[in-house]
Amino acid sequence: MNWDFRTAEELLKLCAYKYMDISDIMLAREMQLGELEKEEIMEEIDRCLRVMNVAVDKAISEPAPSMGGFLGGEAQKLNGLEDSKQICGTVVHNALINALAVAETNASMGVIVAAPTAGAAGVLPAVLLSVYQNCDISMDTLRKGLINASAIGYLLTRNGSVSGAEAGCQAEVGSASAMAASALVEMLGGTPQQCCDAAAIALSNLLGLVCDPVRGLVEVPCQTRNTIGAAGAFTAAELAMAGVTVHISLDEMIRITYDVGRSLPESLRETAKGGCAVACNVCPGAMHVAPTK
Amino acid sequence: MRNNYISMFDIIGPVMVGPSSSHTSGAAAIAWMARQIFTGAPAHVRFTLYGSFADTYRGHGTDRALIGGMLGYRPDDVRIRTAFEEAREAGLEVEFVIDTEEEMPHPNTVGIDMTAADGHTLYIRGESIGGGRIRITRMNDIRVDFNGDYSTIIVGHRDEPGMAAFMTGCLAERRINIASMRMFRNAKGKQAFTIIETDDFIPDLIQDELNAREGITSVDIIQL
Repeated sequence: MNWDFRTAEELLKLCAYKYMDISDIMLAREMQLGELEKEEIMEEIDRCLRVMNVAVDKAISEPAPSMGGFLGGEAQKLNGLEDSKQICGTVVHNALINALAVAETNASMGVIVAAPTAGAAGVLPAVLLSVYQNCDISMDTLRKGLINASAIGYLLTRNGSVSGAEAGCQAEVGSASAMAASALVEMLGGTPQQCCDAAAIALSNLLGLVCDPVRGLVEVPCQTRNTIGAAGAFTAAELAMAGVTVHISLDEMIRITYDVGRSLPESLRETAKGGCAVACNVCPGAMHVAPTK
Repeated sequence: MRNNYISMFDIIGPVMVGPSSSHTSGAAAIAWMARQIFTGAPAHVRFTLYGSFADTYRGHGTDRALIGGMLGYRPDDVRIRTAFEEAREAGLEVEFVIDTEEEMPHPNTVGIDMTAADGHTLYIRGESIGGGRIRITRMNDIRVDFNGDYSTIIVGHRDEPGMAAFMTGCLAERRINIASMRMFRNAKGKQAFTIIETDDFIPDLIQDELNAREGITSVDIIQL
């Protein structure tokens, strides 16, 4: 049996043929290609989940200023928002806190899991940990969610790009959002087809998002972009699970995202020469930081 | 060693000290490699930063990551944050040169000049090519190309007949399977480096066996 699927279409065929979830197929692929035991893979998955957890908790309990001086304490602030103003509802509210928190941990040289990149590292822990905290989800289902996300990330890497320098923020936060959307669907008992639909919706909703980091640092607007990646994942998952028709397949959406990314001007691909990066008045709080050039 | 495929943990990972896989994690990995290749302990290290490393190193903690790697820390080691202090305690002198003039083939490039207390030196140049992955492109003035995805033996030697046969003989004796073997040199008869990537664990005694031959000047092992 060859588990090395190359497209979402092949992945879905394997799922149908074997009556398996996307995470089961991805796990079988990793065992086959990496010549690994299931236990070894699960140990590493658990390590990643632990790192994600600590990355969230640390920024909420002991916020640290970021290297560039733009970030620090945002997650704690949102965590303290009074109940009557939490308009997003508990699950999304907690996800937004987690997303801010991981971005802060990352920007202050804490330990994070790049998923698929450091810049977009907040999206997956935001969604997965919030659902685990607030919904009736087992630890095993949480692991399956992370593995499911890696399958979508693998397809994006193989057939598109997850690099902001190559294809803009849509390739980083957009990819992470698609991964999280698919993970959500599997965790909540949706079908493999619905997982791919959710990923396709999430990608199309963030299509064209540019990479324009102020001073070239992973701080502004990266931190809040992580929150929209997370919120977008919930949106896409809910639509897909309701059976809202998806007109563009995941495979095609990956190709489209890649094409759009490559056609973005260089100034909007991580060079800090366009978009938010050239704003004249960036946060005066950061003025004590010496310009890097 | 690992098969060449996109792994689950290339996507969910690496676990790393932030904020940037290329500017922080990759920088630590290059310096870590340089430290492994250097024979003995460096007392003084000069890092020369080019391109995007030179432009944004401070906000990405590239300097701390480089020092951390030189102290033997892997990219997920939190001591990278306090690497300047750790270096002072370890008695390692560090120096940074920011070169915004010279154009390198890759924007994230660093040159590392290491000097030991006894005066011996080694220059390593590395590129951070994305997602924390790296490539070593120069040793002293010789162009090389390897990445540490395998356990690797780096042999510095005179360029003369019989060297390759001797090295493969040593490895065959210990039943070590060679994944790739390449020799790099600038001119016939001068210094050369042979980079041997292997599928198997490399026993330390290989180092002595290779070193015993006249004409071999250094043997360093990067164990995965």
